[in-house]
Amino acid sequence: MTNSIERYKYDILVIGAGGAGLRAAVEAREAGLKVAIICKSLFGKAHTVMAEGGVAASMGNVNDSDNWMVHFRDTMRGGKFLNHYRMAELHAKEAPERVWELEVWGALFDRTKEGKISQRNFGGHEYPRLAHVGDRTGLELIRTMQQRIVALQQKDARDHGDAESFIKVFAELTITDILKDNGKVSGAYGYWRESGAEVLFEAPAVVLATGGVGKTFKITSNSWEGTGDGHALALKAGGNLVDMEFLQFHPTGMVWPPSVRGLLVTESVRGDGGVLTNTDGIRFMFNYIPEVFKAIYADNEAEADRWYNDQANNRRPPELLPRDEVARAINSEVKAGRGTEHGGVYLDVSKRLPADVIKKKLPSMWHQFYELAGVDITKEAMEVGPTCHYVMGGVEVDPDSAAAVNVPGLFAAGEVAGGMHGSNRLGGNSLSDLLVFGRRAGIGAAEYVKSNGANPVNEATIKSAAEKIEKPFTQTGGENPYALHQELQEVTHNLVGIIRTRAEIESAIVKIADIRKRSANVTVSGDRQFNPGFHLIFDLDNMLLVAESTAKSALLREESRGGHTRDDFPGMNAQWRQVNHISSFDGSQVNVKSQKLPMIRKDLFDLFDIHELEKYMTPEEISKGGSN
Amino acid sequence: MARKLNLRIWRGNSVDGGLQNITVDANEGEVVLDVIHRVQAEQMNDLAVRWNCKAGKCGSCSMEINGKPRLACMTQVASFEEDETITLTPLRAFPVIKDLVTDVSFNYKKAMEIPAYEAPANLKPGEARMQQVDVERSQEFRKCIECFLCQDTCHVIRDHEENKKSFAGPRFFIRIAELDMHPLDTLRNRKQKAQEEHGLGMCNITKCCTEVCPEHIRITDNAIIPMKERVVDVKYDPARWLGSKIRKRDGIL
Repeated sequence: MTNSIERYKYDILVIGAGGAGLRAAVEAREAGLKVAIICKSLFGKAHTVMAEGGVAASMGNVNDSDNWMVHFRDTMRGGKFLNHYRMAELHAKEAPERVWELEVWGALFDRTKEGKISQRNFGGHEYPRLAHVGDRTGLELIRTMQQRIVALQQKDARDHGDAESFIKVFAELTITDILKDNGKVSGAYGYWRESGAEVLFEAPAVVLATGGVGKTFKITSNSWEGTGDGHALALKAGGNLVDMEFLQFHPTGMVWPPSVRGLLVTESVRGDGGVLTNTDGIRFMFNYIPEVFKAIYADNEAEADRWYNDQANNRRPPELLPRDEVARAINSEVKAGRGTEHGGVYLDVSKRLPADVIKKKLPSMWHQFYELAGVDITKEAMEVGPTCHYVMGGVEVDPDSAAAVNVPGLFAAGEVAGGMHGSNRLGGNSLSDLLVFGRRAGIGAAEYVKSNGANPVNEATIKSAAEKIEKPFTQTGGENPYALHQELQEVTHNLVGIIRTRAEIESAIVKIADIRKRSANVTVSGDRQFNPGFHLIFDLDNMLLVAESTAKSALLREESRGGHTRDDFPGMNAQWRQVNHISSFDGSQVNVKSQKLPMIRKDLFDLFDIHELEKYMTPEEISKGGSN
Repeated sequence: MARKLNLRIWRGNSVDGGLQNITVDANEGEVVLDVIHRVQAEQMNDLAVRWNCKAGKCGSCSMEINGKPRLACMTQVASFEEDETITLTPLRAFPVIKDLVTDVSFNYKKAMEIPAYEAPANLKPGEARMQQVDVERSQEFRKCIECFLCQDTCHVIRDHEENKKSFAGPRFFIRIAELDMHPLDTLRNRKQKAQEEHGLGMCNITKCCTEVCPEHIRITDNAIIPMKERVVDVKYDPARWLGSKIRKRDGIL
């Protein structure tokens, strides 16, 4: 096969064409560099299209008390102070500019009466903060970025005679290896999904923007693409993953009927008045307000209901608690026998708002359930429960440049990067994360290339990458990749899912290792042309590394925080807040070690009420008052 | 309740292919894409099909189901008769790659031909002011998930390869309409260009595109017809025609 390898040379290779990847590509192009964008699917289909609620940015259009400091505080609280403070700071400061910039590129957000970008309430955000387009904000974002890329290509066609002279999109292409020479990134290797033909990219900088890992789990809102490719590519290239134990289970995924299982019911259903009830008809969230949130969440139905129309004088309904709290509450109700026969609870907006208002406020929600499952949310309650939605853990990066730790030339942005969201992400903070850090990765990679220049790929490096792609076709009588994938999903769902214990995690680690061993003998039927079984083999390899990192990190963390709940260690512990878990790969297995969390800077420390920080930090940390 | 479902799936490539019969289990509440996945996992590991979100939001799993352009993730198994055989074939308007996957690059080429949005030169970030009612017209078209079912069903290109060069298709007529109605876009003559360069005139408003649109965008009524009317107004109104000649105006409004 090596004779027929297609070869390309670029300055920067962006792997992933969702919000972060496209934003990075735009920035790198505008810095004058040649950029290749790789997507596993067609251009414009990335998982970003699924984001519904909006993009969080403290523009203050609806409530002018909002500013970056309030957004920063909300983000840190949501992440239970495990966030990298610098990422949360940059994110809060830069999000408004990133949203306005989309508008300059043609995005059409919903408006306020004054004609500004409208902003809506969302769980964990103190003020109405989410810029939105009905409930299809992610689609608007991806389409705007996609059309921005096309606009830049049209300009390149006019200025340089070729639309693809600076940016080329390689659609339906899988990257199987990041290549390194002389200790630095030299390119990447992969194959066209359509033909199976192998492709070599020579590029001194690679930006990972591959999104999440949801397909590692059985019930997930993620598309097939969420197989942790970037997480695994980084590990195999010598990079680190940080805090892989933290996965966000969205509290309200559909559990029934099967055609919509895993699909999310956006938080705005609750923000607009939807309530959660158990099979006894009780609005149970009032029983699950944690101590740290009692000041801002209503403890009775009357006050909670008044909040929708008078937010200044009432506390918020507990349905709008951060996602991890709601997910745990639903899980507890189901475990206590007050759930539906399909393992969910009811989310009802039909008795709270008139049908026409529901259709106006939640158009694609209504449409989606009606068309996909014959469920009319204006007439009946939905059956919902926790579904694997987002991974907080990810590639360890330098906050300012998005450069991956330990791998010169590698960058990561968006869901694949870790640190920004701590132990739990607030809704709306992922779209803003994509934009803020996508842009920063573009700048970081461009600056790196300008100061480091090209790094030629060694032929021996190519040979070993090529052998890996050929291997499944040379084996016979081995394992079925679909069956192994399903087995892995059962293990993760049952043993390292939303509620964890030591014994279960230990058993998961053994089982994951066993599946990984068997996956070495996986075989393929058919040939290389658009062969999903063949494609799955590489996805599976990635998911196995992700699952191993998650299980081993989860075993070490003996506390419950955000997206990591240990039944055997139910409390949050200030000592553990100072610990990041760093996963690395030695070629045969994932190793996890503890690393000290960077201490928050003094000026950021001072943004908080000291009594609030006392709930999260040790007395020594409080007395130090942050770093200089 | 599980039921046995009879499928006829087109399998093959650009050279050769045909329908294959297969029987598969289907559970209550499943959509056609669920069933295809079961076929893939259990019987045809290498069956090619595009899909992503399985939620009607990405527009990847476009195919023809009993001859109709549909999204497999939005087609409920329960919508078929108990003993009905469901026939799955690739989109007819585009070249087959393999099985249910077609080469839709035509659409990306057309996207490249539509002039991009042009913001006012002096527009500063955060300064734009637009009313909701004014953005809603374009927002309808921006709901498009690019499933290309409208392109597939459009008879101008469905069986007329020769028209593809000069015809952008419904998806791109709504793109032009979206930009034309965008409150801030500054590029003039979008409608005229749609007529002269993108084949708007070839559309004879049979509304097939509107019928297959999974987002229920009123492609014909809200995009194509209004653009056609405005183009015609200018072309056949002698006063406006003369005005455009005398003053050498670049616009038609």
